[in-house]
Amino acid sequence: MPNIRLKNINNFICHDVNLEISDKEFLVLWGPTGAGKTTLLNIIAGLIEHKGSVLFDGSPVDEFPVYQRKAGYLFQNLILFPHLSVRANIAYGLRVQGEPKSKVKSRVNELLRLMRIEHLVYRYPRDLSGGEKQRVALARAIAPSPEIMLFDEPLNSLDFHTARYLRTEIHKLHRELGFTTIYVTHCLEEAFALADRVAVLKNGRIVRTGFPEDIFKEIDCKAIAKNGFCDCHQSSRNSAAQIKLENSNILCYSRRG
Amino acid sequence: MRKMKAVHSLIPVLVFLLIWEIVTRLELIPGHFFFPPFTVVIQEFYRLTANGMLIDNFLSSLVRVLIGLSAGSIAGITVGILMGYEEKIHKVAHPIFSLFYSIPALGWLPILMLWFGISEMLPIMIIFICSFFPVLYNTVTGIKGVNKDFIKAAQSLGASEWKVLTTVVIPLALPNIFTGLRLEAGMAWRVIIAAEMVAIPTGIGALLMRAESLLRVDIIIVCLMVLAVMCLSFERFFIYLEHKLTHKWRQYAQH
Repeated sequence: MPNIRLKNINNFICHDVNLEISDKEFLVLWGPTGAGKTTLLNIIAGLIEHKGSVLFDGSPVDEFPVYQRKAGYLFQNLILFPHLSVRANIAYGLRVQGEPKSKVKSRVNELLRLMRIEHLVYRYPRDLSGGEKQRVALARAIAPSPEIMLFDEPLNSLDFHTARYLRTEIHKLHRELGFTTIYVTHCLEEAFALADRVAVLKNGRIVRTGFPEDIFKEIDCKAIAKNGFCDCHQSSRNSAAQIKLENSNILCYSRRG
Repeated sequence: MRKMKAVHSLIPVLVFLLIWEIVTRLELIPGHFFFPPFTVVIQEFYRLTANGMLIDNFLSSLVRVLIGLSAGSIAGITVGILMGYEEKIHKVAHPIFSLFYSIPALGWLPILMLWFGISEMLPIMIIFICSFFPVLYNTVTGIKGVNKDFIKAAQSLGASEWKVLTTVVIPLALPNIFTGLRLEAGMAWRVIIAAEMVAIPTGIGALLMRAESLLRVDIIIVCLMVLAVMCLSFERFFIYLEHKLTHKWRQYAQH
C-alpha cells in the first residue's frame, strides 16, 4: 500500500497543506464543518483541481485521472447507483475495470458475506435502509481492492447504534485489508476511536497533527461540547456539558451529570 | 383487477359509440354534415380493408413514420448525448439548433418539396425533422440532469469517461430520453398525415383528402380512427419500453 504525501496543496479552500500519511496508516482528518476536509479528500482522489503536488509512494499523481489513482472513496451521501441492484453496485468497480466475470462473481459474493448483506443482493438502493446503504456503499468502495481508502463522514446520517457498529466494521476492514486510510469526520469520538493519527484542519489549514490522545489533551473539550463538534449522536451533543477521556473512551457528561 | 380496470375504461367509449349511433340513426344531426352512423363507418372500414385500399395507404404511412422516426430519434439521441455530456459541443450547437427548433416541422415542407420533389424522401425528412429536435432536447436535459456525484462515484471506482457515459449517465438519462420519444411517436403520425394531405399522393393523409373531395365522411372517419389508434399504439409502445427498462429502479408514476 502506498504512503501519501501532500506537498504545498492550495486551492480555493485549502492553504499550504503539507501532510504525509504512512503506508497502512489510519489518519483521521478532524475539524469543524467548512474546514476543507472533503476538499482535501477530493484533491487526493483527483476530483478537483489544485496547486501543489499529491504523491503516492513518492511519485506525483497530479496528472493521473481519477480512475487511475486506485483510491476507493466512500462519499458522505454514499451515491449508490439507483439503476443498479446491490450486486451490480458492488460489482461496478470490477466490471468497469474489465475483470473476468468469474472473478467479479466470487469477489462480490465474498464482500456480501463479509458485510453480511447476502439477503439484499437483488434489491435496489431505493429499497434499502440507511445502515444497509452504508454497508453496500462500503462493499462497493473496497471491491476493486483499492490501495487507499477515503472516507468522507460516512456515518453522519446514521443512528447511534448503527454508526457505532459500522465504525467497528470500518476499523476491522482497515486492519484486515491493510489499505492506507484517510477518514474525514467532525466527530471527536469517531476520530478518537478510529485514528492511528489525527490531523486537525481549520480554515483550510492543517493546524496540528498527532496521536489522538495528545490531540485530545490539548483541545478545549468544553468549547467542543458547546459548539457541537462531538455530534455523532444528537442526544449527547445536546446535553453535553463536558467531554472527558476515560479508559480510551470519550465520555459526554450531561448537565444533569 | 387489471381486467376490471380495462372494462371500466371501455365503458365510456361504448356509451359514446352508442350515443353516436342513436343520434345519427334518429337523424338529429343536420344533413349537410353528412355524418354517418358508427355501424356504417365500421362497414366502410371492412370494405376498405377488404379491397386493400386502406392497407396500402396505411402501410405507406407506416413505413414513412418508422423510417423517419427511427432516423430522427437515433440522430436526436446521439447528438443529444454529445451535447449533454460535452459542454464545448453544447456551446457551439445549441444556438444553431435552438433556432431551427422553433420552426414548425410543416414549415419545412416548401423547401423540402423543392429539394426532394414529390418523393418518399419528402415525408421521411419531415418526420425526421419533427422527431429530431424534441428527442435531442429531451436527451440533452436528461444527460445534463444526471447528478454529478454519480459521475464522481463512477470515476472513483475506476470507470473511464466512456464507461461513465455508457454505464451511468445514459441509463440515468433514460427517463428523459423516453419522454422525448413518447411525445414524438404520436406527433410523427400527426405530421405525416398533414404532409400527405398537402403534398404526397399516397398514405392515410392522401386517402383523407380524396375522401373529402368525394364528400365521403365515413372514409374520413375511418382514416381518423386509424390515425388515433396508431398515435396511441406508438405512445403506448414507448411507455411499455420505458417501463421495461426502468421500472425496477424508478419510483414509477402511474399512467
